[in-house]
Amino acid sequence: MKRRHTRPAPLAGVLATLALLAACGAGDDRSDEDGGGGVSEVGVSEESVTVGAHFPLTGVAAPGYSEIPTGAQAYFDYVNAQGGVHGRQIEYLVKDDGYNPTNTNTVTSELVLQDEIFAMVGGLGTPTHSAVVDFLNEEGVPDLFVSSGSLQWGDDVEDKPYTFGWQPDYEIEGKIIGQYVAENLPDAKVGLFLQDDDFGEDAEKGVRQYLEDQVVGVERYTSGNTDVGPQIAGLQASGADLVLSFNTPSYTALSQLVSLKLGYDPQWFYSNVGSDPDLVGSLLSEFSEGAVEGSASSLDGVLTTEYIPGIDQAEDPWVQLWQKVWDEHGTEGELTNYRVYGMSHAYAFVQALQAAGEELTRDGLVEALEEVGQDLDGPQLAPFRFTADSHMGISGLRVVEIKDGGAADPLTPVLVSDIGDAPIEEDTSGQADDAPPEGGVPE
Amino acid sequence: MTRLRSWWSEVTLLRHLVLAAAGLLVVVAVLESAGDFRSLQLASMAYLGLAAGGLTILTGLNGQISLGHGALMAIGAYTTALLLPDRESSTPLALVVLAAVGATLAVGVAVGYAAARLHGPYLAGATLALAVAVPGVALFFKGRLGGEQGLRVVLPDIPEWVLDLAFFVTGQELTRSRYVAYVAWLTLVVTFVLLANLSRSRVGRRWRAVRDDAVAAELAGIHLGRARVSAFTVSAAAAGAAGAMMAITVRLAAPSGFTLNLSLTLLTAVVLGGLGSLTGAIIGAALLTFLPQVVTGWGTDAGLSDIRAAELAPLVYGLVMILVILLAPSGIVGTLRRLAVRRTRGGPEPAPPATDAADPAAPSSSDALTTTSKGTSP
Amino acid sequence: MQQLVNTALSGLTLGMVYAAFALALVMIWRSTRVVNFAQAPMAMVTTFVALAVIDAGHSYWLGFGLALLSGLVLGAVVERVVIRPVEGKPEINAVILTLGLFIVLHALASVVFGNRYRSFPAPFGVRGVEVGDTTLGITGFGIFSIAAVLVVMALLVLLFRVTDLGLRMRAAAYHQEVARLLGVRVGRMLTLGWALASVVGSLAGLLIAGGSLVHPGFMDSIVVFGFVAAVLGGLDSPVGAVVGGLLLGLSLSFVSGYVGSQLVALTALAILMLVLTLRPGGLFSQPAQRRV
Repeated sequence: MKRRHTRPAPLAGVLATLALLAACGAGDDRSDEDGGGGVSEVGVSEESVTVGAHFPLTGVAAPGYSEIPTGAQAYFDYVNAQGGVHGRQIEYLVKDDGYNPTNTNTVTSELVLQDEIFAMVGGLGTPTHSAVVDFLNEEGVPDLFVSSGSLQWGDDVEDKPYTFGWQPDYEIEGKIIGQYVAENLPDAKVGLFLQDDDFGEDAEKGVRQYLEDQVVGVERYTSGNTDVGPQIAGLQASGADLVLSFNTPSYTALSQLVSLKLGYDPQWFYSNVGSDPDLVGSLLSEFSEGAVEGSASSLDGVLTTEYIPGIDQAEDPWVQLWQKVWDEHGTEGELTNYRVYGMSHAYAFVQALQAAGEELTRDGLVEALEEVGQDLDGPQLAPFRFTADSHMGISGLRVVEIKDGGAADPLTPVLVSDIGDAPIEEDTSGQADDAPPEGGVPE
Repeated sequence: MTRLRSWWSEVTLLRHLVLAAAGLLVVVAVLESAGDFRSLQLASMAYLGLAAGGLTILTGLNGQISLGHGALMAIGAYTTALLLPDRESSTPLALVVLAAVGATLAVGVAVGYAAARLHGPYLAGATLALAVAVPGVALFFKGRLGGEQGLRVVLPDIPEWVLDLAFFVTGQELTRSRYVAYVAWLTLVVTFVLLANLSRSRVGRRWRAVRDDAVAAELAGIHLGRARVSAFTVSAAAAGAAGAMMAITVRLAAPSGFTLNLSLTLLTAVVLGGLGSLTGAIIGAALLTFLPQVVTGWGTDAGLSDIRAAELAPLVYGLVMILVILLAPSGIVGTLRRLAVRRTRGGPEPAPPATDAADPAAPSSSDALTTTSKGTSP
Repeated sequence: MQQLVNTALSGLTLGMVYAAFALALVMIWRSTRVVNFAQAPMAMVTTFVALAVIDAGHSYWLGFGLALLSGLVLGAVVERVVIRPVEGKPEINAVILTLGLFIVLHALASVVFGNRYRSFPAPFGVRGVEVGDTTLGITGFGIFSIAAVLVVMALLVLLFRVTDLGLRMRAAAYHQEVARLLGVRVGRMLTLGWALASVVGSLAGLLIAGGSLVHPGFMDSIVVFGFVAAVLGGLDSPVGAVVGGLLLGLSLSFVSGYVGSQLVALTALAILMLVLTLRPGGLFSQPAQRRV
């Protein structure tokens, strides 16, 4: 029994769809813009230069990190209001990748191939950015100031000629923390609480250079799994009385909560990434019964590091500049340390643009940074390490204790080092004491 | 005219091949006019369509639901990544894809065997656990599988002859993105021809018989377990090919690419297009690839922040998915077809259940059973 | 030793929450033969309702109560609007509907409440309970969680075993036609079943959220683990759900603490496959009869 109905063939619809797409696609051809007086670099015209970045604006990594681009945007607006750089306005495109490397890939393709950015500035995250770093280098897109401390952004210039790091890498942070503990807390039994990726690994390598004998326990957590009870219980069982934590801010809050639950009270030392007192404080503020003090003071007594001045140092000339920029060009909300971070790398990018000169090209930008990178002023406490052989970012930091609701009390001078077995030395560049130029735009 | 039509529906293989060739021509026409970014989008559409095609065979024709197809794609993608670690890797791309399909097929057989004993919610639950568990494996074997950061996929250089051929045919230089898109669409067309033939064959009829009435099918001499395992395996193989295409398109195999969301997305594509219809799978994939930009655009126009606008796309999918099941259970393709049929016959048709109407080729269930029992009786 | 005890306690608390969640799934399965994949997002939404109430300055318990109430309403609405129309249709339709609902509720919560971590308060403190001079890894809230789940289970048993209403609900779930002939208003009973199940699910959400961080995806892992727990027990058995929940909670906690937290989901899969291979209908299933 065969019904005699017309069977539209399965692929007929495909054809229809494709034909439709063809119709849309044809109108979408990219036109090569050759107009304008002689400038032919992608993303650059006489009036503007377009840059882009990927950040987690949604998802678990969004708290805090999503504020970084708002800071950068405010500073770019500030510079644009004063005429831009070499007469060019900076257009800054931010795409959300949800801290998901697969999405990072999609949005980066979109930025490079569709929006035709001149450079990537401040793309955030180790797993995310490592998904696109090869692509950016293949396409010859300058990939400046990656917002991550992984070593891979700067340790192999031949492989990644267009990529530059920004913050101190996790290894030197680990080394400096390790040395501090070895010298000042030689009897401490050290536990490590690590994010289970490059972040934790690089840091552990640094720490162990100085603390190999003191480490009694190592626990790793998987980003995304919010139940860290078993890991903290493991540290407690190992008898550690000083925990060095290399984790993101949400996990600082979680580790504090679980420790309360377990009655575990070691000295905590959070690396720079996870130690923002305001963010952690706001996460912890809701828990009742006075078990956790509300507000920022919940991290009082915790050790951490810093490499740019934060909002607790209202007297610092850089922070005053950021405050002014935020008041004039910021969006809703207060100035936060994350916004300061965004402004700081935006400042460095403006310096790079200036150094690259009027005839802006991608290669010119890279060459300029390699040439003047080590001498750039800026909010960073220690100089960049940019040369033709290294694209590593800021060379050092200092150890601080968080006090009185979030103020950072320096425990060491600014210490600088480099990856591998480079020694740790006190910084002599005087970088920590410089102040921004009058107008707030680098000269 | 009528005779021509009935002849056309008799010669299954020839018809599929002709349509495939025509489809390829359209692919060439579209890709040659697309820019680099649009090519990559089209490549994404192809891999979603591939996986959805596999799933639609399983769910639409065999009535098994799988929430774990994202995990199966992960296996294809990781196999590809392991075979293409750097520029020097000498494995030809075709072989890599076959390996990815093979690996996924093997896993598919294993999962299929376990799954064949389960039905309904038990199967959904087992595949759900699979979807969540597989990314964890990549995290645990960090040294080998790259952990959170995943493995990079380096596409081998485009062979000379391909470049020459492309230039000869189209008069344009073949860019990398376009090359990837061609590979993905070629894989899709080849896979779909195979799937279409299979679903018209005796095997396909058995799958449908098992879906429609397991007891009757068993009485008719069909081995239920075997039919279910084979459907799952075929479906897994398509997901493996999709995973391989995804790996070369996004140049990465990382756990975060294969979340539960991916599996749900695939199911959405299948439901939107129409369960059991390969055409529907492609339409669903197209919607998933191109709709987010449109919807997000509406959101920002309506004054939502970028972040919230980004959530609108899934909201729309979910709503459409619910409405489709409630109002038009046969999906886009099935509904269009019913409208067309109604017009030619001039009368309303009774609405068949979702799994049935959606299948373009499905004879009514009694039809399927008769054919099958004929086929298997001595 | 302390680590062992604490890991076990942490597993016990989690296990009880999985049990509550699985119980909600079982209630719905028994009454309408639907696995409600949207259970977790439904609970997430009601948890955010509680958070909104608490953030507005009201007490925790008001938020708690309102969340359960909104769970009741949400459950009833979902049954009436979404599930009722596909009753009697192929079961795959209902599964897809609840998955669609999953996506919708998720996206809706992100649009309305924002997609970031927020802390959720817990009564009875977030410090561990002290016994002698050691602190046990269980908070006052943890004890409350366990007690709450036990009470809810007892109430459900009473409802179904003792009351007339429970009897009618069971009749409606067991055999609709017969129940209808006996004068039971089946439709109403099914709606009530969904509503009650949704309350239990919401309770699970509140218990997981308490003293931790919430965001629109915070229940996602519970979808999987709660479901695995329910399937382990056999979807028909409330006792099975509780046993399955505890079994899963304890095993996952030990794997996370002693092997590696990446393997948690894989362990759940392994346990599930093992049990289903030995007993395809779950641990507490009635053998032999298969629904055709």
